[in-house]
Amino acid sequence: MIEIKDLHKSYKTGGSSLHVLKGINFSVAEGELVSIMGSSGSGKSTLLNILGMLDEADEGTYTLDGVPIKNLNETVAARYRNKFLGFIFQSFNLISYKSALDNVALPLYYQGVKRKERMESAMNYLEKVGLKDWSSHLPNELSGGQKQRVAIARALASDPKVLLADEPTGALDSKTSYEVMDLIQEINEEGRTILIVTHEHDIAQMTKRIVNLKDGVIIDDTLVDQVKAQQYV
Amino acid sequence: MFDLERWEEIFETISKNKLRTFLTSLSVASGIFILVILLGIGEGMRNGISREFEQDAANILYVWTGSTSVGYKGMNPGRRIQMKNADYDFAVQKHQDELEYKSSMFRIWNGVVNYNKESGSYRVEGVLPDYQFLENSGMMSGRFINHNDHSGYEKVAVIGKRVNDDLFKGKQAVGEYIEISGINFKVIGVFTDPGGEREETRVYVPLSTAQRVFNGSNNINNMAFTLEKEESFEAALAASTRFSEQLQQFLKEQHTIAPEDTRAVVVNNSLENAKRFYDLMDMIKFFFWGVGICTIIAGIVGVSNIMLIIVKERTREIGVRKALGARPWSIVMMVLHESIFVTAIAGFVGLIGSLALLELVGPMIETQYIANPSVNFNVALSTVFILIIAGAVAGFFPAWRAARIKPIVALRDE
Repeated sequence: MIEIKDLHKSYKTGGSSLHVLKGINFSVAEGELVSIMGSSGSGKSTLLNILGMLDEADEGTYTLDGVPIKNLNETVAARYRNKFLGFIFQSFNLISYKSALDNVALPLYYQGVKRKERMESAMNYLEKVGLKDWSSHLPNELSGGQKQRVAIARALASDPKVLLADEPTGALDSKTSYEVMDLIQEINEEGRTILIVTHEHDIAQMTKRIVNLKDGVIIDDTLVDQVKAQQYV
Repeated sequence: MFDLERWEEIFETISKNKLRTFLTSLSVASGIFILVILLGIGEGMRNGISREFEQDAANILYVWTGSTSVGYKGMNPGRRIQMKNADYDFAVQKHQDELEYKSSMFRIWNGVVNYNKESGSYRVEGVLPDYQFLENSGMMSGRFINHNDHSGYEKVAVIGKRVNDDLFKGKQAVGEYIEISGINFKVIGVFTDPGGEREETRVYVPLSTAQRVFNGSNNINNMAFTLEKEESFEAALAASTRFSEQLQQFLKEQHTIAPEDTRAVVVNNSLENAKRFYDLMDMIKFFFWGVGICTIIAGIVGVSNIMLIIVKERTREIGVRKALGARPWSIVMMVLHESIFVTAIAGFVGLIGSLALLELVGPMIETQYIANPSVNFNVALSTVFILIIAGAVAGFFPAWRAARIKPIVALRDE
């Protein structure tokens, strides 16, 4: 599903250049649930941003579902993001003046789906994350866990190949974190490929594979025995 | 444009910032308001001035004489110039084909007019039949002086409406006899003049009679001419300027006046005056447009500013939208749409407000130089056009900036 070869990325800050990713080789098969770990500054967020086409690599190749991702202009990148990827952010990034339902329907709007279908489909996803009754609420009327579940529903709405989650539990307490992880595991069980960036070991243990980054290189890539979040909920 | 979703978003963002949107709209609305009012006043001034010129036949030339100001051919300056019948006859004969109406005039000073016990002092003028048309006089009753009166030295008079009111107090004047400086004249008509009351305090008698009875010899005080109509204002102006120059030249030669003397013979060319006024009007109109446009620009800059702030505030949201698959074009349209919407609504409010004001107050403004201030359909249409352009311009830079936001930068924005 994801194929990365010899990926380099550096940022220019003032006169000096900061080499963040120093040759990453990495692949993810369909249906995997992978966590990317590392201390801050290890380059894990940069990697995720490149995977999410929010940022571009300086060197190396990136293939997503057989499509080479390179030299993207904004319009094409937007189309690929919409088609291939679903994003889950640490700070949820829901649009504050739109109801939960409208937030979930937004990727479908950019796909050009008709309003009625869009709303039906969005409602299904909200139901899936257990927030059907909250569909008309604005984000600031929801708890942190609920917001993240709306965000997950939104990420799923466009039926993407890969879900990318950047510290999805970073702003949540342990109990809600486990609830969210339970949901993510459930989605993974249905066969969807998911990548999670985290620095929490207990969250990482709930995935099926841990990739450890340090100073811009992968130092460790191991399969783990998945801990089910269900038991903590 | 007819995307329900986008309209919803616009109303949502606007309703989140009611005061801010209102204040911005106010600057645009007042810009359009001021522009339209200025243009209305400009139009009113034009109307007012046109009306002023309509009072007398528009392309009229008056000729009168004064004293020489420059010594010439051994004669001292300060010599009085007196025009004679011969001057008039020659002018008429020479320019026969060009002239429409023509008349010379002999003024009787100290024209005391009596009817029974009523009396008053009025301007009494000996004129030719065409004078009626030169002055645009209308007859209320009776008739004006005709050629028979003139050739027969008839003692007849045409009196102004004001004179009629003063002396006859509403009685039928035609057929009655009045005394002018002790000499009986038969009233043959009463006239009105669009120039107003002052013009109606006059009494006209035949030129020949006036010269003979009041010791005028063959003197005349002034001459008045109108030229045949021309195709355009420019052609008429050229013809009257040429006529005026030829006439001055002739009179100067006839009375031995220095060519450079501007006081001895004066030709007042109403078209030239009109042109000066029309040019001035065009300048004023131009100026009004300038001021109005500048005011609108101030409004646009305000809208642009607000849109920039809105884009800045929504940087994160725009990043999220891009992450979810929004194309740059859709972001551009989102911002442009809002900007055009706000300017258009505000502009229309200003436009309607100013049109309403012109419509309500306009007819009440009746000063000498402003009449019926209004804007025509074309002007209203062009301001609407300006509005749409303005909205697009105001939104362009913010939209461009929004479209260039990189999702990754936007998402980091706290």
